[in-house]
This record gives sequence, structure tokens and C-alpha cells, in this order.
Amino acid sequence: MDLHFTTDVPTDDEREAIDAVLGPDEASSPDGAPRVAMQNRGTPERRSLVLPALHALQAREGWISPGGLNHIARRLGVPPAELFGVATFYAMFSVEKRPKTVVHVCDDVVCRVNGATEVAMACRERIGPTHEENEGLMWIKSPCLGLCERAPAVLIQKAGRGRGNETLAPATTEWIRASVEDKKLVVEPPLLVGPATGRRLLARVGVVDPMSLDAYRAHGGYAALRRAIDIGPSLTIREVKDAKLLGRGGAAFPTGVKWEAVAQQPARPHYVVCNADESEPGTFKDRVVMEGDPFALVEAMTIAGYAMAAEKGFIYLRGEYPLAKALLENAIAAARVRGFLGDNVMGAGFRFDLELRCGAGAYICGEETALFNSLEGKRGEPRNKPPFPASHGLFGKPTGINNVETLVNVNLILGMGATAYAALGTPGSTGTRLFCVSGHIERPGTYEVDCGTPLSRLLEMAGGVRPGRTIKAILLGGAAGGFIGPNELDLPLSFEAARERGVTLGSGVVAVFDQSVDLVDTLLRIAQFFRDESCGQCVPCRVGTVRQEEALHRIAQKRTLGTLGDEVKLLDEIGQVMKDASICGLGQTAASAIQSAVTRLKVFEGGA
Amino acid sequence: MLWGSNARAAHPIFFHHVLKAIRKGAKLAVVDPRQTASAQFADLWLGLNVGSDIALSHTVAREIIVSGLANQAFIENSTSGFEAYRDCVMEWTLDRGETVTGIPAASIRELAHTYARADRAILCWTLGITEHHNAVDNVVALINLALLTGHVGRYGSGLNPLRGQNNVQGGGDMGAIPNKLPGFQDIETDALARARFEAAWGVPIVPKAGWHLTQMFDAMEHGTLRALYVIGENPASSEADVTRAQHLLGSRDTLIVQDIFMTRTAELAHVVFPASVSAFETEGTVTNSERRVQRVRKALDPPGNARDDIWIITELAKRLGAAWPLATAEMAWDELRSLSPMHRGMSYARIEALGGLQWPCPDETHPGEKFLHARLWEKDPEKRGRLAPFSPVVDDPPVDKISDEFPLRLTTGRKLDSYNTGVQTRAFASPLREGEAIEISPAEARSLGVRDDERVRVISRRGQVVAKVRIDPGLRSGLVFMTFHFPEEVETNLLTIDATDPRSGTAEFKAAAVRIERLDAQAAVS
Amino acid sequence: MSTQGYVSVDAPVRMITMDVDGRPVKVREGTTILEACKTAEIDTPTLCYASNLTPVNACRVCVVELEGARVLVPACARKAEAGMKVKTDTERVRHSRRLVLEFLGSSVDLSTASKSTHEWIATYEANPARFGADASMPPPPAASAAGETASHDRDHAEPGHHASPDVSSAATVAQAPKLDNDLYMRDYSKCILCYKCVEACGDDAQNTFAIGVAGRGFDARISTEFVVPLTDSACVYCGNCIGVCPTGALMFNTEYRMRKDGTWDESKQKVTSTICPYCGVGCDLELHVQANEIVKVTSPADNSVTSGHLCIKGRFGFSFVGNK
Repeated sequence: MDLHFTTDVPTDDEREAIDAVLGPDEASSPDGAPRVAMQNRGTPERRSLVLPALHALQAREGWISPGGLNHIARRLGVPPAELFGVATFYAMFSVEKRPKTVVHVCDDVVCRVNGATEVAMACRERIGPTHEENEGLMWIKSPCLGLCERAPAVLIQKAGRGRGNETLAPATTEWIRASVEDKKLVVEPPLLVGPATGRRLLARVGVVDPMSLDAYRAHGGYAALRRAIDIGPSLTIREVKDAKLLGRGGAAFPTGVKWEAVAQQPARPHYVVCNADESEPGTFKDRVVMEGDPFALVEAMTIAGYAMAAEKGFIYLRGEYPLAKALLENAIAAARVRGFLGDNVMGAGFRFDLELRCGAGAYICGEETALFNSLEGKRGEPRNKPPFPASHGLFGKPTGINNVETLVNVNLILGMGATAYAALGTPGSTGTRLFCVSGHIERPGTYEVDCGTPLSRLLEMAGGVRPGRTIKAILLGGAAGGFIGPNELDLPLSFEAARERGVTLGSGVVAVFDQSVDLVDTLLRIAQFFRDESCGQCVPCRVGTVRQEEALHRIAQKRTLGTLGDEVKLLDEIGQVMKDASICGLGQTAASAIQSAVTRLKVFEGGA
Repeated sequence: MLWGSNARAAHPIFFHHVLKAIRKGAKLAVVDPRQTASAQFADLWLGLNVGSDIALSHTVAREIIVSGLANQAFIENSTSGFEAYRDCVMEWTLDRGETVTGIPAASIRELAHTYARADRAILCWTLGITEHHNAVDNVVALINLALLTGHVGRYGSGLNPLRGQNNVQGGGDMGAIPNKLPGFQDIETDALARARFEAAWGVPIVPKAGWHLTQMFDAMEHGTLRALYVIGENPASSEADVTRAQHLLGSRDTLIVQDIFMTRTAELAHVVFPASVSAFETEGTVTNSERRVQRVRKALDPPGNARDDIWIITELAKRLGAAWPLATAEMAWDELRSLSPMHRGMSYARIEALGGLQWPCPDETHPGEKFLHARLWEKDPEKRGRLAPFSPVVDDPPVDKISDEFPLRLTTGRKLDSYNTGVQTRAFASPLREGEAIEISPAEARSLGVRDDERVRVISRRGQVVAKVRIDPGLRSGLVFMTFHFPEEVETNLLTIDATDPRSGTAEFKAAAVRIERLDAQAAVS
Repeated sequence: MSTQGYVSVDAPVRMITMDVDGRPVKVREGTTILEACKTAEIDTPTLCYASNLTPVNACRVCVVELEGARVLVPACARKAEAGMKVKTDTERVRHSRRLVLEFLGSSVDLSTASKSTHEWIATYEANPARFGADASMPPPPAASAAGETASHDRDHAEPGHHASPDVSSAATVAQAPKLDNDLYMRDYSKCILCYKCVEACGDDAQNTFAIGVAGRGFDARISTEFVVPLTDSACVYCGNCIGVCPTGALMFNTEYRMRKDGTWDESKQKVTSTICPYCGVGCDLELHVQANEIVKVTSPADNSVTSGHLCIKGRFGFSFVGNK
């Protein structure tokens, strides 16, 4: 392409950081044109280095500078305007110069009832207003960081050679100060995973050293892959089908059916992708799996690749999970060295390799087609479906995409056999499920229970609300889920029961609120979340999320247009068009929590 | 394959079609001394030495032949003269090709194999091929390649000279060629055609070819051409070696210029007829590069005393005593249809309804021909007609030789937002326009010690100009580039050579030898 | 034509039958629901759709109800399949179309949008003012509030952050027009983010990629890299973005100036189609002439040479006429 560049050039530092990701620059000679040029039309996989390159630049400089952007654009053959569009899509990238240390303070629905306000106040006192630099430091508010069980949470984005991002939870001012000063005071608290009994998916979490492949193998690791190799790809899929495993990402689609559809596609190559972009507010279970048992995900992805005839897999990890990133990088490297990844996996004659890619602060990229676009180095805008990923997924090729929890279930299925697995849970919801219990609860954490376990039992396991408090509301399934009231605690935690009750378990969020919560404030935060996270592609969601937030603010400030009833009706109409006409699940569910608060909790009855 | 064409800049909408094909998986090869905008889209770009096109073509041909990739069936069925052609290219080994063209042998081989193995291939060229002293040989060398591979006469294959002006094809169609009557009917050999025209016009048609432009200038020099009627041309700016052109034009007994602008040529004229803008102010037709006859329509009234060309010519005839009736454009067109068989089926109504028609279109049921020369594939000699001849041609480098005194090869070309001598494009404020400059490679800039925008003197064996420098990383060392869009600023054609192809009459605008001097250096010397 | 050579043969056309509003409709296989609606002579509103561009189905004003689908589907992009049952005039469809038009009407200046846009607003009884903004008034400049975001300038909005809403009015995309070159202007207050200009500048036609969609959510906008003026961007002034813009956000400077002076009058304009006077490609031009002056140049989207797209010379190179 005849690309055009502004006159901005990269600094040596920027060039070095970017080239470290993209490989050495065989730039055209400084003397002018050569004699011949053969254009490698930039394979799609090459373009997918856009996000890693932007990360490298951001991590070195603290912002996406014009010279750095030009360098990435030139190296990857991507037009600068398009690349600018990609960079400005993600909250973790800044195209304006920023200080090298930025404190992101989570003020989402769980943290805001568990100390976020105090952290924010401390930041305001010490640093000043949000978004403003003060002595090399800036702080801004953040959507959920996926550390709800240890709220309040903070992410510290640290740029410069040798520095790296860090999360703190529970965040104290002392810890924040230590982190911004690059002092290694922080001790990662243990993973909170409930009692050992009944833990299958979480059996190794907190038990084995997540850095050690040997420890993983000593605790049953790679037995599942060995069994898959023994029975072959089609029987592996058969097992997953017979186990009746349903996807844990929210849509509850039968995993085996999905795998079979991909395996049968004649187009090549096939890809497998792990959706580890866990960003539904209140969700943290995938993080716990990856931090506590990273090899399990690597093994499960290898099985998926083997079963679906893919030679390449990608894990798309949420950008705000630096610890999971480090542990997965270690696990992938160790597996490669030991022949569990590579040209001849386990000596079984098949090829499979994994790449870890990180998101950069965009909830929408958890939507599978948006994730593909993001991975491909484009804006994370969802695609219209059909066609579906099984035939037109990553790079337009047949792709099997599953979330972390779904994948590690496959290890379990192959380990215990489909029949035994299917005996767990209920007939309609086999196996166990991970729930993210947080909020006003005694022992927040990730809990694994058999599907069908009553919600009340789960809450008991987590110690219930604090003495003297009562439950006012529970947010099930996250911001895209819905509220239920204290009268619905008998709900069995199965897909069929949830469907029957008109609720969703979504990503396993169980955020508990006692009577101290200001529900309208929570709803405003949810509305703000969707307004911030809408990709902007389709009108219903792009404008609908704005109009929804405005209406809620008018209600909260008692400045309604017409009566309160008129505003509630308006909210309903806005919700309807978002649900009916949005391109993807984000818009389709952007009103669901708010609507559930209206209908189930009667939040506006008797005034706001 | 684009050979000597920067269609991205010179034919942007044609290039849109190329881009669509690329997106569908087509391969693009570009042969051009400069790494142009078009070259940047190419799978393979070959930056040959200016004027080594025949050498490259022959080397490609030999490689195709020795690799067994020639289309034997087509050669045997449809062509003549292959043996002589083969003998002529056989000395062009890859090594020799590399030496003469400057392109590594492996890349020439790549081009040869890509072209020959393609299921379908189109070869397009423009002035990079034709603005040479051996233009016709250059064209023939490319035609040979198409014959060798059978990439001709089939849908999606063929040869296509991209026309630089909206009606240069139409001019040829209408007989503005020294030896043709309208519809490409030969004035010397086609007695039947002559008879038709004689009957229609009531005058005898002299069976004698006229002069092309270069011959006209020679005739002016020899005093045999004393009066000139110039319609819509500006040779005083556009001819190579403009000093000579202006002198000859300015010394005619009678010079009439019919134009929409007061051009340099018009300034030299005894009489100027103010004309109308054909595309905007008149009715009529034009023919585009794909032989599509299209309607132009009057959208504006011409200003002042300007008249359309039909009116001017009819009026001139009247003043000269021939009472031609004033015709409408459609009447003139219908007369043409009655005389030119290939246009017969193209009524205004059909052109209108179908959005243009491609000739030949012999009758009103004919849909127009998508591509030519399909007959060559026929097995029946009757249907096949005349075999397509291979034409052995000889490599002949540019006339203006590189020397120690003139060490740089100057080539000329066009920019996206400008057009020829700039008389039409000067009027709109293009944000892209940077004016004339001598474009040089970064290496040249270093060795000359000049910076972007610095003014330098460019000197050829014929003249010199002062222009600012623009550094273009798409140029290699030794190669420099100018346009001639801004003659009022920098008269590039003071530098170019009027070595001209005897058959096409085109001058070698693409290859001059120059040197560049810093203005301050010169000042220091003098 | 020879039988030996390759001849262009159109693939055999298979017809399929589907059901639109209870009537059987026969359409070509591979076409869209929108085509089926056209065949059935049902008017379907479209904003982001253009026949010469890849559908992005972003505006969602063309949604219809498809039996068996959980949500409404975009008619412009959804392929027609045999046996499909589509309803185009249910309460659900009307509701979505009305709300989409209200959303756009309340956030974007539609004063120069196509005539059909205004007709659809009337047809679907859309009332953009119901969100608290008077759509007939020029939207207020983005007011600074609260101090929660670094910048309220839309061109510099940060993804994932926005100022708390101002309850006294509905948010709009208002910003100052961009006048940075001699040929055309950009007024993104009128931008409905249909992506057409980006497609025409990019893959679908010009392949220059001077502009892209930047930012996200309500702050998504069309931008050059780092918001540089067009004169520093890759723009080659083909004007194909203007050609596809449905709202007048992109406009010839001639039209912009005439509208400002109050002299723009489409009823006094005549459109004549002719052939471009420049290179030999033979692009069809439509000259929009008012008072014997060319005020705008377009090309028909269904033209086989141009597909509606031109280059700088064809689009803007007409000033020499009358300039003698």
C-alpha cells in the first residue's frame, strides 16, 4: 500500500521497544529505493501483532506517541489512521502524553461498597483530581478489575524500562505508595477458593506451585491430554458431548457440539482461542484458575487444538491481569521446553502451539467476535452473526472459542470420564460451576459447587452476610445479568432453573448487597459502565446507553422529564431497542440489570 | 502487470479495479524505474534502468521459452514468425538481462514464471513504454510476450495501453491518425472505404497518409508546412525541446489555434477561436481506454463568444464558401455510423440506455465487444483470419547518454492531482500540489549536499532550469524525476530530448541525461 | 466470441422463495433480506447501507423480525435464505426503527440529511425531543462538567471515561466544523457514524485510509491519526467520502459556502451526466449546476466504470471551466 506518514519519527527507545516485539527492522536502505521489491502482503497473523506492539510502546513510554505509532504502522503495513483508531479503542492506551505511573482505582459495583470510596479519597488528597498529572503521577477511576473478593482493588500502570503493571487488592495507601515507588513490598495474598472438599476444577489451586510443570504433573496434570491422544480426536469430542458440558461464558452452548462443528470444517487452518478476557463486573474465577493452576489451561487448550485439528491456539487474556500473564507465559514456555507444546506434542505426532495475547481495557472484547477483531489487530468491534466462529472465526477461519472455565472442565471430563462427569450436577446442567461470591459477605472468594446447588447453600459456604446485616439484593451474572431479592435465595444454581426464573447465572457472579447499599447508586454505576464500554458501532447501544444513563441521573436527581413513571417507561423503551436491535450481547444486555432492579426489586416504587 | 505505468496516480479509478482484483487474490507486478505508488501495491516490483524495456522483455521471453512455459498451442495455431523471434531473444540470458536492466536475475525469472504460469494475465502500459525514441519497438516487445504466453484474446487476458486523455482513443477512432479514415479504415489501401466516404462527402479522398506531429515539426523546419490549425493542443509547452517548438510555431505564415485556454501556443497564433469545454459545454461522444463510446453532455453555457467545435468548423467552412449545414452532434455521429462499420450499431439511444458501448458494434442488436482478438483462438483458419505476427525488435538504449558530465538519468511523469501541462488543473486549489521540483534519492541528496526545498540548477545537453529539490525514497541513486505540470514555474521540457520514434512521433520524454548543481556552488565558481 | 478463450459467464442464478409480511417473494440466492423487501416493494429505511460499499449494518434502522431469531436482524446484511419468514411492520420492528431515529435525531444535527431520512422520521413518528433536547435547535457546545474527565473535546475523549451526564439536556455529538483545506469540509456534528466514509476511503474503494473510526462508544468519531488536519494526513482529496455521506457532514466547500450565504437552492439545480475530461478511464460525472456554475460533482453508484467513485481531478478539477 502507498501509506502516508506524518513527519513524526520514533525515538530510539520507542523503536527498540517496538522492534523487540516485531523483530529486527529490515527497513529500506537509507539511500533510496532498491532494485526490486516483493511485497509480502502482510499475513493476517502479522497484523495481529498490532496489540502487542501497542502494549510495548505504552509500557515503555506511558503513552502511544505519534512517532511510535508511525513506526508500528510502517513495520506492520497498517495505515496510521486505522492504527490510531485501534489505539483509541482501549482504555489502557493513551494517545495523549501521560505520566509514567497511573493508578487505576476500581470504583465498580463491588469495590464501591467495599472501600473504593476511601481509596479514591486518599488518591484525591495525595495526587489531586483524576486525569491530572501531579509529580509524575496520575490517578483515574476504573471499571471492575476482577479482584472483587479482595476489594478494594487498584491497578498500577507503570511505564518505563524494567517496570511492569501491578495489581493491589485489598489496596491500602501504604501499598499504593510502595508500588508507585517500585518497592517490592507487596505480598500477593493467597487465592480465596473455599473449602478443599468438592473442589474438582479448583483442586490444585492453592495446593500446587503454579510456576512448576513438575508439580502440575505430580498432581495429575497432562493425564487428560494423554487420554485424549489415546482415544483420538473424534472420541475426545464424543466425550465432551457425552459429558453434556455447557459453555460457562454465559451463552451455555453445548461445548461438544461446537467442537464438532469446527472439527468438521473443510477450510484450513483451524484455530482454537481461549476467551480469558474476564471483565464482567464482579467476575474473577477465571483469574483464580489461571493464577492458581495455569498449566491446566495450557493442557486444556492443547486438547482443544488436538480435537479440533488446530495447530495454533491463542489465549486472549484480560490486560488488567499482570500476574496471570506472567504465570501463563511461564507455563507456555515450560510446556514448550518439555514437548507439551510444539511440533510433536507428547511425542504423539501432532503439532500445537499457543500464544498469549493481552487485551488493553475493553469489556467488549469478551464478546467472541470482538475478541477476534481485537486479536487481529483491529478495533474490538463485534461482528454480525451469522456467520458464526465455527466457520468464520479468527482470521476468517474455523475457530473453536471457549472461556477458561469451560476449557478446564475438559480436563476433568477426560480425567473422570464422560459418564461420571455427567452424573455430577443436574441432568440439564452437568458438572460443577465456579461462582464469584463478593460484596457484603463474610468470606468472599471463588466457590466451586455442583450445578443445581441452591444459592442459599453457596452463601452459607461463604459465611453469609455480616452479623446484624440482611441481604437487600444479589446481582447474579454481573452487570449484564440481573438482580434478585432476598426472597429468591432458594434458586438452584443450574441453567434450567435460572432460565425458568428469568434470571441468568452469566459468568457466575454472585455479588451480595446488604441493606447499607444505595441501589440507585449501583444502577448509576452500571449505566455508566455500559456507556463507557459500548464499542459505539451500532446506534441502539451507542446512543441507548447514553440515554439510559441520562434518564437514571434525572431520576436520581429528581429532575425527571414528566413523571417518574414517564422516565421508567422511557427506560423500558430504551432497554427494548437495545435488546432487540443491538449487534451483540453487550447492547442486548445493557439494560437487563437496570430493568431487573425495576421489575424484581421495585427500586423506583415510592420514588427514587 | 503494469509496465511503465503508475496507474495509482495517473488512472486512479482504473486502479480501483486493480485493487478489487488484488483483494480477491490477483497478483500485481509493476515494472517501473521508480518505486511508485502503484509499485507499493505490487507483489513484485522491478526497478529497471530507464529505457531497458526491450532488454527486460527479451530476457523474460527467453526464460519463458527455455523453461518450457511458452504456450505452444497458441503459438502454432495463432501466430507467425516465432522462430525468428526465438532466435532474437535467445541471446538474452538472465545474466545479460541483469547487466542491462539492472534487475537481479532471480527477479526477472520470477516475473517470467509468474506471467507465464498465470491462468489469466493482463499487461497494461502507458507512457513509460511509449515516450521513448523506440516507442513502437517497446510496444511490440510487450505484445510478443502476450503472444508467447497466449495471454491475449481471452476474457481476463490481454494487452491494454491505458489512455492518458479522455478521448485519445476517440481521436483515433475518428481518424485523427495520419493514415486512417474514421473507424481505422486505411486511407491508402482500403479503396472500398474511400469510395464510401467519397460518396457521402462528394469529394475525392486522396489515398495518401498525412503527417504525424513530429513529421509536421520537421516539415515546418523544412518550410514545407507553413500554415497550421491547432485544435485543443498546446505543443508550445508539451513538445520535447520546447525552444525549438516555440520557434517553429511562432514563425508560421498562418497559425490558427482553437482552444478553451489562452495557451502558450495560442499566444503565438494569428487567429484564436475560443472553443467550448467538450465534456461540460457540448454534446457528443468520447471513447475511453476500454473502447467504450460514452456520451458527453452540455451542462453549462460556454462563456462569452466561445462556441462549440462543430459550430466553429461549420462556420469556417461557410466563410470559406462551402455551405455545410449546421449539424447537431448526433447528426455528425449518425453520419459516422453510416461510414464506419465498427460504430454502426451505436445509436445515441443505445449508448444512453446501456451507459456506453464498446466497439466493434456492427449492428443495433450487437452488445459491443468486451475484448478483442478472440478470433486468434479459432481452429478454423477462415474464422481465425490473419495470424498474429511476432516481431523481433532490438534493444536500443536512450539516445541521451549518461556521461561524467551528465551523470543522472532524468525521467518525467505525472502527479495525481495535475494533468499534462497543467492548464486545466491549475485552476483548482489542490491541497496536494507542491509545485515542480527535481525529485532525487536520499543518497543523491547526501552526495550533492542538498536539502529538501533547496533550489538547484538542473542542466541537460539542451538547456537548464532552476528547481527546488524534493527527496523521494522511492528513487534510487542515479535516477531523478520531474513532471511538466508547471511549465510557467519550471520549463522541464527545456531539458528533455526530442529524439523521436519515427513511427509514432513520440519524443523520448522519459530519458534525459542531466546533472544537478547547487546554486551557491555555482555562485562560488563565478 | 470464441469458444476456445475464456468467456465471462455469469454463474447460473438460483432463485429462492421466502416470505415477507405473509407474501411469497422470489429473490436471487445470495442476496439480502433488503433485496427481498425491495422486490416486494416494501420501503425499508437505511442509513449506513450503500450499494457500492460492504454493509456494516451499524445503524440498525433496517431491522426486521425474522421468525426463529431471538433478536431483530439487519435487512441490509442478512442473507436471504429459502423459507425465511420475515416481518417488516410489527410493533417490535416499528419500535426499534423509531428509537434508532430518535437516538440519532436527538444526538446528531440532521438538518442536511437526505430527504428520505426526514420522511422516515415522520413515518415512524419519531420524536427526538423526548430525551430532553430540542432537536430543531442547534445542539449546545459540550459543556464542561464535574472535572472527572481530562477533556470534553470529542476529538480527545478518552475511551472508558466520560463526564457525568448533564441532566438539563441530552448529550449530542456537537463540535466545531473542520475547515482545513480548500476543497471540502467536515462537520462531525452531523455525523451518524455510518462508517461509509471510512469504507470509501479504505478497502471498498480508494484504499488511502486517511480516516478511521477512533475512540469508542458515544465518543467514537471519524478521525485522522492524532486528529491531524487533512493536509497533513494521507488524504488525496478524491472526495469519495463526500460521495457516500448520507447527512451532509462532509461537503464540498462550494456547497458549504453557498449554504452559509443562503444561496444553495437544489430546486434551481440541474444535474447533467457527462464523461470526465481528464484521463482515458472514462468516468461518468454528474455535474450539479446552479446558475451556470458547477457546484458539486458526483458519480452514479451503479456505474460500471466508477462504482460511484472518482479521483481528485474528476471530483474537484472543474474550476477551469469558465475560468478563462
